[in-house]
Amino acid sequence: MTMTTADDTTREVVVKRKSGRGVGKAGKAGWLVESAVLILCLLWLVPTVGLFITSVRYADAANQSGWWMWIANPLAVTMENYKEVLTGGPNPMGLAFVNSVTVAVPSTVIPILMAAFAAYTFTFMEFRGRDTLFVIVVGLLVVPNQVAMVPLSVLFQNWGLNGSFVAVWLAHTGFGMPLAVYILRNFMASLPRSVIESAKVDGASHFQTFWRLIVPMSVPALASFAIFQFLWVWNDLLVSLIFLGPGENQVMTMALAQMLGDRGQGWQLLTAGAFLTMTLPIIVFVSLQRYFVRGLMSGAVKG
Amino acid sequence: MDMATKIPGALVAVLVGVAGAILLFWVLNKLVEMLPSALETRLKPYAFLLPAIAVIGTLLIYPAITTIYASLLNDDSTVFVGLKNYVRLFGSDTFLSALINNLMWIVIVPATVVVIGLLVAVLTDRMSPTKEKVAKSVIFLPMAISLVGASTIWRFVYAYMPDKNHQIGLINGILVALGGEPQAWLQITTLRFNTILLMVAYIWTQAGFAMVLLSAAIKSVPEDTIEAGRIDGASEVAVFFRIVVPQAWPTVVTVFITVLIGVMKVFDIVYAMTNGNFDTDVIGNAFFNAMYFSGDRGAASAIVVILMIAIVPIMVYQVRQFRAQEQSR
Repeated sequence: MTMTTADDTTREVVVKRKSGRGVGKAGKAGWLVESAVLILCLLWLVPTVGLFITSVRYADAANQSGWWMWIANPLAVTMENYKEVLTGGPNPMGLAFVNSVTVAVPSTVIPILMAAFAAYTFTFMEFRGRDTLFVIVVGLLVVPNQVAMVPLSVLFQNWGLNGSFVAVWLAHTGFGMPLAVYILRNFMASLPRSVIESAKVDGASHFQTFWRLIVPMSVPALASFAIFQFLWVWNDLLVSLIFLGPGENQVMTMALAQMLGDRGQGWQLLTAGAFLTMTLPIIVFVSLQRYFVRGLMSGAVKG
Repeated sequence: MDMATKIPGALVAVLVGVAGAILLFWVLNKLVEMLPSALETRLKPYAFLLPAIAVIGTLLIYPAITTIYASLLNDDSTVFVGLKNYVRLFGSDTFLSALINNLMWIVIVPATVVVIGLLVAVLTDRMSPTKEKVAKSVIFLPMAISLVGASTIWRFVYAYMPDKNHQIGLINGILVALGGEPQAWLQITTLRFNTILLMVAYIWTQAGFAMVLLSAAIKSVPEDTIEAGRIDGASEVAVFFRIVVPQAWPTVVTVFITVLIGVMKVFDIVYAMTNGNFDTDVIGNAFFNAMYFSGDRGAASAIVVILMIAIVPIMVYQVRQFRAQEQSR
């Protein structure tokens, strides 16, 4: 993998600004290019639009006619589907939303904290076995999570953790750790050495240097990993299926997958449920896209 | 449990989880600082590393190694059975079919994602900045959606109703409007067509990722190399393939491999759209079914070991790339 560091990313931005635009002549696109892009955009947008329209249609209409028929009677919309999905049934989506938050926040914060310390150590401290340990981290980036799941579920069973939030936090912390250490270490390696050296001369301990200097300087990298991990955990299905299992602790993706499996619920409810699972990640994504892209650039390869 | 009792409980859980992690570091630092100073400087790196290393060790490396051993044991990991699980898997038509599907995913999806990503990146590069931004956002947005969400979206696009005149799926709606017969798309096993339909949903979620990385790569191609090509009389197409693509090649490889890894362990899309029925099974889903529904730890572990063996070459490549990059740092 070409591992672009945070340093490279900023350099790329600089290059972009200097040379204006790389290949094409900006704004000189012919109608052919514009219509090709328009068609692609429609292909990407229309399925989601159809989903949203169906989620506000009445049950009869949604299950008997195509969503495009909504245009014939655009005032026939309802919020009932959302109300039903959020509160109806034994394990409603409202509850699953709370569960998803409960899973996602610690699963994001805990690995960041641990990885930041580890990344600092890898970057600024000398010790035996440093390079070997870091190469192991790099190798683990591509390892699929499935590899760890069978023994982990046995381990968690022995510890009495299966089905609890703690089990999922631990699993996500472990699965997210290599990427977190990798992104943060690459970023820290691009920080100016002189700043750290002068802190050392001033007699600051590593603990102080870490909290007062490195953490504030690493905010962009911390943010990009946080968004990456949050979206990854929020959208995860497999880890929750295996370590939480169905029931009152189930997260939103599980609730939606269950609705899909059950069928007979009606498309108006399924689409409303799907849209609910999408809202928070889309808000996070759109408002913090800059950091997310930076995370992608810094070699976000997740096994 | 109702919401009123759930929310406070969830809050407490989140606080305890996060506070516990912070406390751990505080205690570790205090412990190290209590040591004599010569020992302190030598042990401090390991103390700072301990949580991350402990997590990686217990939650990744130890399980990965025991998985190999568990694949040589029976369904509840009590009796040593040698290679029986592997023999059984490779003798099973359903598993071989899953392997074929994975192979199809590997051959088709990463290449298609790269091509679409490159196409969007190049085309939007020629548009006005506003139009470029809007178009890219549209293609990028599905990245935020879970694969289960994407499965719902695409199952709805492919939806089939037996009554010809009440189609609710977009594709059958268009087909009927054009005078055709509606099809149960996800059940068409001829040439594994339904697997390709599942891939479409996956490609839809990944193209934005490819586009973002490739777009940045294309924009960082130095203007003068392109101008030189144009002055030499090269056509726009030649400039693209001979000058732009070679310089963006490392990014193309990055995107390709990232998507490849995702595809090798693909699970959510298959689980949520067909659950592996109608010849669409893949090893990710076969693993889940073996572990969760059959409770067969031996078979589940063997499936994962097969997956791991397939990943090893990528891992070697990854480490080599990293080493090369470190040397140029």
